[in-house]
Amino acid sequence: MARFTQTFFWRNAAPRCDCELNREPAKKRKLPDLRGFVLPALAFAIWWAVSTIHGGKGGLLVTPEQVWHTTWQQVTSGALTKALGASLAREASGFAIGSVLGLALGLSLGLSRLATRMIGPSFDTFKQISLFAWIPLISVWFGLGDAAKVVFLSLAALLPVAAHTCDGIHAVPRSYVEAARVFRYTRWQLVWHVILPAALPSVFTGLYLALIYSWLATLGAEYLLVAGSGIGNTLIDGSENFRMDLVLFGIVVVGVTGSLLGRLARAAERAVLERRGGASVKESV
Amino acid sequence: MSDTVTLHLQTANGQIPTQPPTQTRRWRALGWVLAPWALPTALFALWWLGCERGWIAPQILPPPARVYATFVDLGQSGDLLHNTLISLQRVLCGFVAGTLGGLLLGTALGLSRTFEAYVLPSFNAIVQIPVLGWLPFLLLLVGVGEPLKYILIAHAALVPATLSTLQGFRNVPVTLVEASRVFGYTRWQRIVHVVLPCAVPTLATGVRLAFTKAWLALVVVELVASSEGLGYLIVYGRQLFQLDLVMAAVVIVGAIGFAINRALDALERRLRRGLPSAFR
Repeated sequence: MARFTQTFFWRNAAPRCDCELNREPAKKRKLPDLRGFVLPALAFAIWWAVSTIHGGKGGLLVTPEQVWHTTWQQVTSGALTKALGASLAREASGFAIGSVLGLALGLSLGLSRLATRMIGPSFDTFKQISLFAWIPLISVWFGLGDAAKVVFLSLAALLPVAAHTCDGIHAVPRSYVEAARVFRYTRWQLVWHVILPAALPSVFTGLYLALIYSWLATLGAEYLLVAGSGIGNTLIDGSENFRMDLVLFGIVVVGVTGSLLGRLARAAERAVLERRGGASVKESV
Repeated sequence: MSDTVTLHLQTANGQIPTQPPTQTRRWRALGWVLAPWALPTALFALWWLGCERGWIAPQILPPPARVYATFVDLGQSGDLLHNTLISLQRVLCGFVAGTLGGLLLGTALGLSRTFEAYVLPSFNAIVQIPVLGWLPFLLLLVGVGEPLKYILIAHAALVPATLSTLQGFRNVPVTLVEASRVFGYTRWQRIVHVVLPCAVPTLATGVRLAFTKAWLALVVVELVASSEGLGYLIVYGRQLFQLDLVMAAVVIVGAIGFAINRALDALERRLRRGLPSAFR
């Protein structure tokens, strides 16, 4: 079990902890805290000043106006929708396939001691290998198209879901299982009514991480399997044509999409867990 | 009376009923010990058999013998050592720089609410952009040289190190801080004797995470933009359709990541075990 509680690279769950850290002062203070805007505003002002003084023609040092112009162009010409749509479609299919397989694997790892013994060590070793190192092999086996990308994304989503599902099941308190035994639950009832609800928060953490990591993997796949369109390809185009404005635009789109996906996942998680929590409280009373 | 009881016990524990179970138990124990090896062995057997019988073309999956031969070849020619050392050097430099920076930044954020209010929102915004998002930006800014790799790896390590440090400082139990206040600790004493010892386990986790992130970033950077290193070996093998080379390099990448992770894991456990002594 200790093997599975090992932290691995996607366990960082960075945004989670900040949100908790941020929430408290926001509740205490009614006024919005504007101090956080000082640094970005300062950076923006310096960028604007330097790039304008330089004349805005010198290649890499683009002015904010140029970036804004590129943004407008990308949005109105439909290039953004096309690229982002392609990326998100891949992300969604990879996430769906990966999380279903990951749930199945995590359940079997968590529920059966034999499966843990047989698959666990191999799984642990497998997840130590840097995910991106698989891309060259995947590209040989599945080509450079969407199939290869979806395979890679599913893999990226599978690992956190499986690991967290298994962890969650292992962390179900012994007393719950004993209580269920006292009530003569069958094995199936035990799994469905006791173990799964108790493991649900951890499963959601896995799904949340899977969403974040499959977004990162989407970018990685577009980088390394260069074919078709996608937001990663926009970035590559900008980099290859020395168009800093396009690169900056792409970076902002990637960052915003990633944080929106994270927010969406957290909202979904909260909604489901609240409903569950309410139901289980009522049942227990 | 007592005689009958002992007699009963003897028959209950007699050899006749327990003899067969011990044997099956022994077999079962053997099976239990061997179980983890079943899956890798089966996969390897399938791989070997598939290549032997010609089910899979060697261009798509080279036979194990050839991967092994490539491995030995790489080792003997010194290519392997050369590229591994380059990769390790990159990851160590980036990791050390990023982790130190992260520890400092996290400490500053953790100790000063004002600094946190000014810096944390910007930090959070930058964190949203993954390593791969920064890559084209830095590629244009600093070129394909070594600095690119160091910056990206250091950035990858900095983020988890900072966040874990901050979390470690924030999660110090209030009761301990109150106790230190009762004893009239100065701010400095409180930090050294209360806050830091409490934060050590979280810091250790952060450092380990920083390493895994740095290793991941190294592979990505070397795959995309490099002419040396283990990631480059993978790309090179892929371009020449030498899958044996690719697989050998992937195995090494995995093995090094695994080994260093294990070492850091042991270190973390040691730190955690040593924790109570910090409160003595």
